[in-house]
Amino acid sequence: MENLQEATKTDNLILAPRKKRWLMSPSADKAFHTLTKSLALFLFTLVIALVASMIYNSRLSLSRFGLSFVFSSTWDPVKELFGALPFVYGTLVSSITALIIAIPISLGVAIFLTEECPYKLRPIVLTLVELLAAIPSVAYGLWGIFVLVPFMRNYINPVLEKGLGFLPLFKGPSYGIGLLTSGMILAVMIVPIITAISVNSLNSVLPSQREAALALGATRWEATQIVLLNARSGIIGGIILGLGRALGETMAVTMVIGNRPEISLSLLAPSYTMASVIANEFTEATYDLYLHALIEIAILLFIITFIVQAFAQLLIRQISKGKKS
Amino acid sequence: MLVKNRNMENTSLESKEVKEVKEVKESKENKEEAKNLKVEVEAENLNFFYGEKQALYSINLKIPEKSVTAFIGPSGCGKSTFLRTLNRMNDIIVSARVEGKILLNNQNIYAPNVDVVDLRRRVGMVFQKSTPFPKSIFDNIVYGIKINKLANSRTELQQMVEQALKQAALWDEVKDRLNDSALALSGGQQQRLCIARTLAVMPEVILMDEPCSALDPIATEKIEELIVELREKYTVIIVTHNMQQASRVSDYTAFFLLGQLIEFDETEKIFTYPKEKKTEDYITGRFG
Repeated sequence: MENLQEATKTDNLILAPRKKRWLMSPSADKAFHTLTKSLALFLFTLVIALVASMIYNSRLSLSRFGLSFVFSSTWDPVKELFGALPFVYGTLVSSITALIIAIPISLGVAIFLTEECPYKLRPIVLTLVELLAAIPSVAYGLWGIFVLVPFMRNYINPVLEKGLGFLPLFKGPSYGIGLLTSGMILAVMIVPIITAISVNSLNSVLPSQREAALALGATRWEATQIVLLNARSGIIGGIILGLGRALGETMAVTMVIGNRPEISLSLLAPSYTMASVIANEFTEATYDLYLHALIEIAILLFIITFIVQAFAQLLIRQISKGKKS
Repeated sequence: MLVKNRNMENTSLESKEVKEVKEVKESKENKEEAKNLKVEVEAENLNFFYGEKQALYSINLKIPEKSVTAFIGPSGCGKSTFLRTLNRMNDIIVSARVEGKILLNNQNIYAPNVDVVDLRRRVGMVFQKSTPFPKSIFDNIVYGIKINKLANSRTELQQMVEQALKQAALWDEVKDRLNDSALALSGGQQQRLCIARTLAVMPEVILMDEPCSALDPIATEKIEELIVELREKYTVIIVTHNMQQASRVSDYTAFFLLGQLIEFDETEKIFTYPKEKKTEDYITGRFG
């Protein structure tokens, strides 16, 4: 009996009411749960609504052209004929060109920053690189028109034409504007992204990986390869983010790509991208079908970015599969 | 042979320790022979600095070939730092500075004409935390063989991989899944893989920096058995926090304290009749 009483005493101590605090009740917990959940649902609904309204507002073009919209290369608003292939082509080729130029530069900078650069200089160089990401794209576009385009026209393109002109890829004539120039502008814009993310993932590689390689008789370069191998999923993530930005970039590209809806194998020829045609022709869309065709291009761009992201996720998961034991 | 017999009867802790030491003694009957062994690694008046801070004070030490030497001492006493001077791993630390000499087979490894890359192949290293590369088991072993261009053909390469894994007592456990990721192995297997990887490049000396501190007792026992076997062919130097481990596996023990080498002798002497009071205090657990 005594024992029992003591037990109840201690129980009472444990259950004794604590000091009242703000929002301390089961109903407050529930409210918190509902609040966060509805915010998440809101975002989800927003995406669904966005897609639905895009489909609704492109219904004329969807029903008129069907799948041929994607595969037709005629874009003739006067004859009311719309095909998106030149824009898809221009978008993909300019973005891939940008990646080809940006990846080696970014990796080089990232390796230099994490391996070779004196410690005191590292934050300075990294800040400079990240600053590139903060420049508005229209400023890049202006720089492209007034500096890069003449430079390409007068120096780079003639050399490419002369040396590699036998390849359809570098066939003239060149105007300075075109796929290669827009690829270069895009490269400058995505280098900071890829570099910053690569630096992060290189820094997070355990120092013992490098030491283990060195202890086996690896040279500095061979040890760096091991470090890169460890950081590869992060680096690929950075590249995909860069690609995402390149695919969607509008302003800087439209200022230097030439805006001509034609498919040409040559990188020196003018082209057009999905994002820039939407921005450029939206105000000129004087009849509904035209407007609906532009919105359908927006849907295509959405699908392409979605596929790229999904593919990237798969790739990264595949690579990091072995990492978890 | 040197590994503690777990079934051994012991009446008290003290007698257990004595018995362990006796076992070690028996296994090294040929003391004379041990003394005549060639010196493989020698430190001559070695000072080491991290920037302004001195971490090692005039270390003098002669380690015979084909033996196991344990470095013991409290944390921060410089034993790991000293270990890492033996394959110049400290070179990658910007502010590090070395004075004095380390002789490997009578050649100063800090001489200006030394090829550090080849030195590190000759003096292999196993780390506290296992460091498998994110590659397959097979490719982990192949890595060192390939960068040092040790194999002449694909068949030779495969033989070398098999031999290294057998030497590290890992072959039977992994022979059916050589192409699996090394990161899928258990902690103890990963550590043995790292030892196999080190053996594959045919080193003369193997440095081990607390190789068992992250492992469970069974995995530790396997590594200790392995260390005792390695002694037949290699000079093994092991840093350990575990004094039982030092007494189980090593022939010689060096006791470090505050950057100084306090005592270096045969393990049984260190653990039974240490000359220095500080060694005795540390071994009997009076501090550290």
